[in-house]
Amino acid sequence: MAGLFANQRVTEALAELGGIALLAKEAGSSLFKWRVAWRDLLYQIFSIGVKSQPVVLVTGAFTGMVLAAQTYIQFHQVKMDTATLAVVSVAMCSELGPVLTALMVAGRVGAAMAAEIGTMRVTEQIDALRALATHPVDYLVVPRLIAAHLALPLLTAESIVVGILGGYFVSVNLLGIEPVYLWYNMLKYTHDADVVIGLIKAFIYGGIIALIGCYKGLTCKLGAEGVGQATTEAVVYSSITILIANFFLTLVLDKIAGAL
Amino acid sequence: MIEARNLRKGFDTQPVLDGVSFRIENGESVAIIGRSGCGKSVLLKLLIGLLPADAGEALIDGENIVPMNERQLLRVRRKFGMVFQGSALFDSMTVAENVAFGLRRHEHLTEAEIARRVAGALDMVDLPGTENKQSAELSGGMRKRVGLARAIIYEPQIVLYDEPTTGLDPIASDSIDQLMARVRDQLKVTTMVVTHDMRTARRIGQRVLMLHDKRIYASGPADEFFASPDPVVRQFIDGVADPKEHLP
Repeated sequence: MAGLFANQRVTEALAELGGIALLAKEAGSSLFKWRVAWRDLLYQIFSIGVKSQPVVLVTGAFTGMVLAAQTYIQFHQVKMDTATLAVVSVAMCSELGPVLTALMVAGRVGAAMAAEIGTMRVTEQIDALRALATHPVDYLVVPRLIAAHLALPLLTAESIVVGILGGYFVSVNLLGIEPVYLWYNMLKYTHDADVVIGLIKAFIYGGIIALIGCYKGLTCKLGAEGVGQATTEAVVYSSITILIANFFLTLVLDKIAGAL
Repeated sequence: MIEARNLRKGFDTQPVLDGVSFRIENGESVAIIGRSGCGKSVLLKLLIGLLPADAGEALIDGENIVPMNERQLLRVRRKFGMVFQGSALFDSMTVAENVAFGLRRHEHLTEAEIARRVAGALDMVDLPGTENKQSAELSGGMRKRVGLARAIIYEPQIVLYDEPTTGLDPIASDSIDQLMARVRDQLKVTTMVVTHDMRTARRIGQRVLMLHDKRIYASGPADEFFASPDPVVRQFIDGVADPKEHLP
């Protein structure tokens, strides 16, 4: 019985993975034929990017601040206080900035995409789109996908900046670290590649959030419960996918950066 | 011309339509009736490709749409306008944006021309001056009218109505019936209306098809159909749960 259940879950998971891959392929081919609806695209950039700023900035600032405090506690024991901001900077640029930004945006935007598109499906608005000779992927998925791809790196850059500034504030004003060496070491140990890796990751996470959110909305079960379930799954699946992808992207991108 | 040849459709293991065949000529107006859950709306969605048929052929102007993919279907769907049971208005848009949706997507028109066409479509459905209302502000009858305006604005050859009067009071239903008749007569479109409202079927259908037991059970010109002595047809037309019961 347990084996049968596990088998069914694996089959469902593989079917969903296949569905998301097919949606990505459809969106990719639509992208090249897409007549840019600037109004839709700008609205999505506003919705995904501009409206996510408060939550991303707060997350970035407090992550940088707590990371500085924790790093100082450890580094102070070996007299490496002035390396504190370098750790904050590298971690924010290549790992924490993109991952935490993506997780926060997945919670805010991925859920909204699944709920909005799911409600459209339940109320036959998706059928109405199709009856009006409009492909739902062209109208609903492509603008969201482009907007998420554009917005995530920008939000991540903001998160990195406020994270470093938060870490600097804590290091200098609360922990009493000498600011010149703090800043000098940060610049010395943070490389261009760290920033580029973080932004590439953010670009990819944008696609993951938009694809999973849209897929869950387009395939949600009918009824209010179906929309609720799709919304929850969009957030959970996006978050897990981002964390798993982050591990492999770190390996691959560091390898590429090392070879260059 | 619309033709169904031996169409079959089921959900999971439950067949809903099993060998449905009929033909509707250009300009004809046909009512499809049948009990709730008999597959009327499913049939309509098969004909426009919103649901895939399991077997059989659905021919639109001689072109079988059953094997087509979603992108190929988009071209065929431009021949159709469809009015949905729940209106299916885009709830984030105003009335004007809803009505203009098809025009903006498929035709290169100036904003002035779009506004003129939207005003014309809203006039036709007796809703002049409602362009800036949000769809959430509209009553059920108004939503149906806006749905109809959206369906006819790009002058389709075929208009499909899915339960257009369901959920409306008798007066609103009557005005929607009049509207459908006006659209049929003025635009000379092929009309298919799915309904279990006998008054709508009588007023709009020049011919009536009755779905029963997963297939077309009876069909014929409206006058002959409504005079049919067939017990199944009579039971449905008279709306009697027990056929032995005599209505006063």
